[in-house]
Amino acid sequence: MAKGIKILTEHINTPGIETFEVYKKSGGYAAVEKVIKKMTPEEVVEEVKKSGVRGRGGAGFPMGMKWSFLAKPEGVPRYLVCNADESEPGTFKDHFLMKSIPHLLIEGMIVSSFALGAHKSFIYVRGELMYVIRILEKAIEEAKAAGYLGKNILGSGYDLELVVQPGGGAYICGEETALLESLEGKRGNPRNKPPFPAVKGLYQSPTVVNNVESIANTPWIINNGGDAYAALGIGRSTGTKLISASGHIKNPGVYEIELGLPVEEFLYSDEFLGGIRDGHHLKAVVAGGSSVPILPANLFLKTANGEDRLMSYESLSDGGFASGTMLGSGGFIAMDETTCIVRNTWNFSRFYHHESCGQCSPCREGTGWMEKVLHRIEHGHGNMRDIDLLVDVAKKIEGNTICPLGDAAAWPVASAIRHFRDEFEWHVKYPKEATMKGAVYVKEEVLV
Amino acid sequence: MSDKIAFSEDRLAKAKEIILRYPEGKQKSALLPLLHLAQEQFGWVSAASMDYIAEMLQIEPIEVYEVATFYTMFHLEPVGKHVIEYCRTGPCCTMGGEEVYDHLKTKLKIEANQTTSNGLFTLKEVECLAACGWGPCFQIREKFYMHLTNEKVDGIIEELSK
Ligand SMILES: Cc1cc2nc3c(=O)[nH]c(=O)nc-3n(C[C@H](O)[C@H](O)[C@H](O)COP(=O)(O)O)c2cc1C
Ligand code: FES
Repeated sequence: MAKGIKILTEHINTPGIETFEVYKKSGGYAAVEKVIKKMTPEEVVEEVKKSGVRGRGGAGFPMGMKWSFLAKPEGVPRYLVCNADESEPGTFKDHFLMKSIPHLLIEGMIVSSFALGAHKSFIYVRGELMYVIRILEKAIEEAKAAGYLGKNILGSGYDLELVVQPGGGAYICGEETALLESLEGKRGNPRNKPPFPAVKGLYQSPTVVNNVESIANTPWIINNGGDAYAALGIGRSTGTKLISASGHIKNPGVYEIELGLPVEEFLYSDEFLGGIRDGHHLKAVVAGGSSVPILPANLFLKTANGEDRLMSYESLSDGGFASGTMLGSGGFIAMDETTCIVRNTWNFSRFYHHESCGQCSPCREGTGWMEKVLHRIEHGHGNMRDIDLLVDVAKKIEGNTICPLGDAAAWPVASAIRHFRDEFEWHVKYPKEATMKGAVYVKEEVLV
Repeated sequence: MSDKIAFSEDRLAKAKEIILRYPEGKQKSALLPLLHLAQEQFGWVSAASMDYIAEMLQIEPIEVYEVATFYTMFHLEPVGKHVIEYCRTGPCCTMGGEEVYDHLKTKLKIEANQTTSNGLFTLKEVECLAACGWGPCFQIREKFYMHLTNEKVDGIIEELSK
């Protein structure tokens, strides 16, 4: 197996790669030629199924399977919607990909739309990235001028139009049904499921929603075959994954890794994160975006059974929520011993409270409670019962809401208390020390 | 009741083009793009802008109000010349965001949701801008300011104050 293979980022540093010309010269749009001239939509779906690629937006649902669920009633349009809302704290990979190599997404959109029989497809980009929207619109114009988009693509009779839609600033619109509501010009309130988007999605028509990175994988899969993709990675974690890394590491940034890369290598090798900043030690890691459980450094590097952890869906979740976490969106946040876990948890809970759409009482009220209680503990006014109260509120939100934002709000709080309870207790017992500037509670055994 | 306003000629053309992007009868999908256009032109989204957009899309004004108030990007009150939207979320904090934020507030002598007395700067706190590893960061209109330090902030503020 080729070590260090790059599927999405191979050409990302080529000067001018954002232009159609350079992208095409680097082998771009070959997948469009191939599907349009030589393949049926069913064959494209089959290759994506074979690849085993899983949704890169966070949930990890197999992409080919999702495509095969798409309803195909006669005379009803079908839609592909690309989720470029990217708002999960810690995640900035889609932003990086779209601004650097926009044609890769456009090519993936054409391949995927062809497979699904869609003639109008949307890219929903968070509104804050208006400059990226302009980059994508320019790329679309170029592709259209070259005959790869629009009416009668490459003389095949297949028509496709791409529309780039801005959001308005709302994390919840990353949830696929909220995104569809937003795209219809409404508030971003998630829908009850069923019906699922595959049956009734955008404008009540069958719809597939996929993440930017998921869609950007399809040209390579078509060019090289689903089997070649499935040969990369490890087990059911096939292919590569973009990881956006932030925090107390030497080299923050976006990395494409082959799934199955040992966590230790990712963290310490100069090719990747380069280790923790000088003179400091790793205390905790949020491995897959703010929603996934936080892990103390020791449990992040090795599972509870003492096995080396790998960057894969399965290995990161080894141990369940008791001692594991999730790959999620690949938003990797490293925290050294100067980080106060209570403060970080309060910060995240404020985020979820701010972003709750307010439809479901457990989430609307619960996120507010958690923020308030955490604020009180962080600022030296908490009591011991507050800690259990947080666990209780988190439990009551989890699983009791229309969309998973409730779970996403509950998990960071529950996991922080599960693994760092003594730090919360220290804040309650020694409020004066805990609220001093720069004061942080550190337990040596979790540091790495 | 609000005073009448209108898009500039080029924005009107753009608005018409946007409305045509969506399938027949689904023109309400143009709502967010048009709100962005209005904010781009006027700096904020007034009731008059919302009424104007409602008319353009042939929907009820309330349908515009309920959307404009849901999304955090729209300024529903007049703002300063430059709106600084500062990321306050966890990952940026681990990149040193809190210290830089304190410095920025001291420099501008305002708190969040306030405007400097000369009307040049409005400060807003926003959540994660999908730039975490390039943090600390803030945004002014479409531009991202990243890898911020106190010195960089000083330079930006001085440049924009000219
Ligand atoms: C609160 C919330 C926020 C989400 N934000 C995003 C997002 O920003 N980008 C994304 O691709 N998926 C996001 N998702 C997941 C989507 O609902 C959906 O599963 C995904 O877009 C499907 O694409 P994929 O299968 O290719 O990953 C979010 C989910 C929830 C519950
Ligand atoms: S936390 Fe600031 S950009 Fe993500």
